[in-house]
Amino acid sequence: MVATADASRIDGTYAKVMSASRRQAIWPIAILVLIFGYLTYAYIEFDVGALLGESRLERGVILATDSYAYKVHVERDFVDGETEFSIEGQRNTRFDGPPEWVTLDANDDLDIDLGDGYRITVSGRTTTFFSPDWPPIVAESNGEGVTVEGPIPEWARVSEKKFEARPELFKRVQVLRNSVEVHRYFVGWENFWFEFSSPLHGISGAQLWNMALHEPRIDPERPNVAYIANEFWNNSEWQHGDVFIALIETVIMAFLGTALAAMFGLPLAFLAAKNFNPFAIGRFALRRLFDFLRGIDSLIWSLVFIRAFGLGPLSGIMAIFFTDTGTLGKLFSEAIENIDNKQVEGVQSTGARPVQRYRFGVIPQILPVFISQSLYYLESNTRSATVIGALGAGGIGLKLVETLRTGRDWENTLYIITLTVIVVFAMDIFSGWLRRRLI
Amino acid sequence: MTTTTVDQLTSHIAHLERRRRMYGGLFATIFVVLFISSFIVAEDMNSGSFINGLGQFFDYPTAVVEESFEAGSAWFGLLGKNLPSLIDTINMAAVATLFGTCFAVILAFIASKNLSPLPILVPVARRMMDITRAFPELIIALFLIFVLGASPVPAMIAIAFHTSGALGKLFSEVNENIDHGPLDGLTASGATWFQRMRFGVLPQVMPNYVSYALLRFEINIRASAILGFVGAGGIGQELRKAISWSQGAETSALFVLLFLTIMTIDQISSYLRHRLVGHSFLRTAA
Repeated sequence: MVATADASRIDGTYAKVMSASRRQAIWPIAILVLIFGYLTYAYIEFDVGALLGESRLERGVILATDSYAYKVHVERDFVDGETEFSIEGQRNTRFDGPPEWVTLDANDDLDIDLGDGYRITVSGRTTTFFSPDWPPIVAESNGEGVTVEGPIPEWARVSEKKFEARPELFKRVQVLRNSVEVHRYFVGWENFWFEFSSPLHGISGAQLWNMALHEPRIDPERPNVAYIANEFWNNSEWQHGDVFIALIETVIMAFLGTALAAMFGLPLAFLAAKNFNPFAIGRFALRRLFDFLRGIDSLIWSLVFIRAFGLGPLSGIMAIFFTDTGTLGKLFSEAIENIDNKQVEGVQSTGARPVQRYRFGVIPQILPVFISQSLYYLESNTRSATVIGALGAGGIGLKLVETLRTGRDWENTLYIITLTVIVVFAMDIFSGWLRRRLI
Repeated sequence: MTTTTVDQLTSHIAHLERRRRMYGGLFATIFVVLFISSFIVAEDMNSGSFINGLGQFFDYPTAVVEESFEAGSAWFGLLGKNLPSLIDTINMAAVATLFGTCFAVILAFIASKNLSPLPILVPVARRMMDITRAFPELIIALFLIFVLGASPVPAMIAIAFHTSGALGKLFSEVNENIDHGPLDGLTASGATWFQRMRFGVLPQVMPNYVSYALLRFEINIRASAILGFVGAGGIGQELRKAISWSQGAETSALFVLLFLTIMTIDQISSYLRHRLVGHSFLRTAA
């Protein structure tokens, strides 16, 4: 430590130096204060407080649960006495009989086992809920409303028209004045392999293997392997085939767009480079053209092209092509301006013609830049293609927006997102690998 | 020991040359086949055809320009009217860049082999940056818009998420290329990890950090304009409305605003970056 006396002596001797360093020390604090002030302004401007209040976090929970689990409904209508068992309560996924955890006896009484000691019985118009940590709750539906005797736990709610209990995320019961509905959740993606109405639904993998190789043909027209593949590919709920085609579409958009941009960008770059084009006006015009193409985002280009080419990947390709011709043209022309002239002179001194000078003097020097930048843009365009697609150019982006809009099948959304991310990662790895191999 | 004759060498060279040509030809063939077949597939999937489209390409831009001229001086009023939405977009990008940069600095220090306080975490932080970088912003934004409602905040979170990965990678590269002299000096004087980072590393890397962050800010302005198209507000939302309702004058006004903003910020940031790090240090940020 410096003693106080010493400190004041140093201050006196080196006043200029000390005050300068103190002035410098203020900067970080001033910047921090500025940033903090700006964030406060942004918080007020965007009304973040109100937004957080209005946010529908329960949607997040539903979404999260639905994305990895599905529920089986058991519904009893007290008016006509009918009982229905179905996946997600949909008409087209109804079971013929009760699943093994439900018993329906001769008197039409239901006994539903929800697991972990939770059980529900329905007899006549009376629903009884058994749980391990609370005495049985009896709910009576009388056509006018629902009555429940005694106290109820905090995971249940009761009103005149409705009794609802959800002790755990995966177990839920709802008693209404004329019906009762029980939901039991299971982890997994339902009907992922085969749709519910398919004859192959619910068959185990081993059986399927056996069927594919040894059993007689289900469909006399074709082998069982083709039949199974077809049932999987055309699964109407998961649309594996459609999703795959959409992914291909996205990759094609990125590939063709980048390839065209690189092919057109290179010759234009020569024309925009100082050492190959002596005409300053031409160079200036090309440079501004690059700026213009680059300055308008590929997304906005795609909106213009959709007007001309209609919905579909062509519009996306053209959009990527236009934007990236600007970017790659600029990058290539910079690379061309930075080449080492000695190599060109060397080639020239051997009596090479101009074409040969370019081929052996210039191209080898800019090839690494050309390849690495093109590949880099290929990989970033795979991402852009999903965005362009979402706004109408087709591909996986459009599929994603479609499933998000219906807002029902979150497992489908998660499936598409997973596939998209896998494709983006694969593209990253592929282009990185190719770059290392080629350079 | 085997002796190598000149003949052997020339034949070896010829062999290598043949092989190189073969590889080159193979690559070219694969490329051409891919190129043509994907063009056919794309042409097939599109609702309109390529040839017809070329003729119609200028129809829409022409219509927009014509409508803007018809609007006359009212067009300039449209510029002023849309200024608040432009400010929204800039704010979105600025806040996202600020938060993204903060996370990026933290991630970068953990992911730099030479500086990490806990070397075990280096690969973890790197994979985290890879993931945040590869995740398309749009997907996160759509997801958050669904949960939080349509507003700029989901878009900001999405952009900040992406920014932290993209900048983190660049920052960690900067960190790994620093001069270790100041660090050794500080270690010798018994400085703690934070003191070493504060006085040994930050002064060296700060100009590059700021330069990259500015470049990212530019990119993020575009990104936040785009996310407006899916409901995040700002100029993107207005632009989408104008385009889908075919309001030519409004479209061109928004277009000009966005274009001018991007150009201005491009100029300012490239000027600042040149001042900060000099000409030698100009690389496109991933």
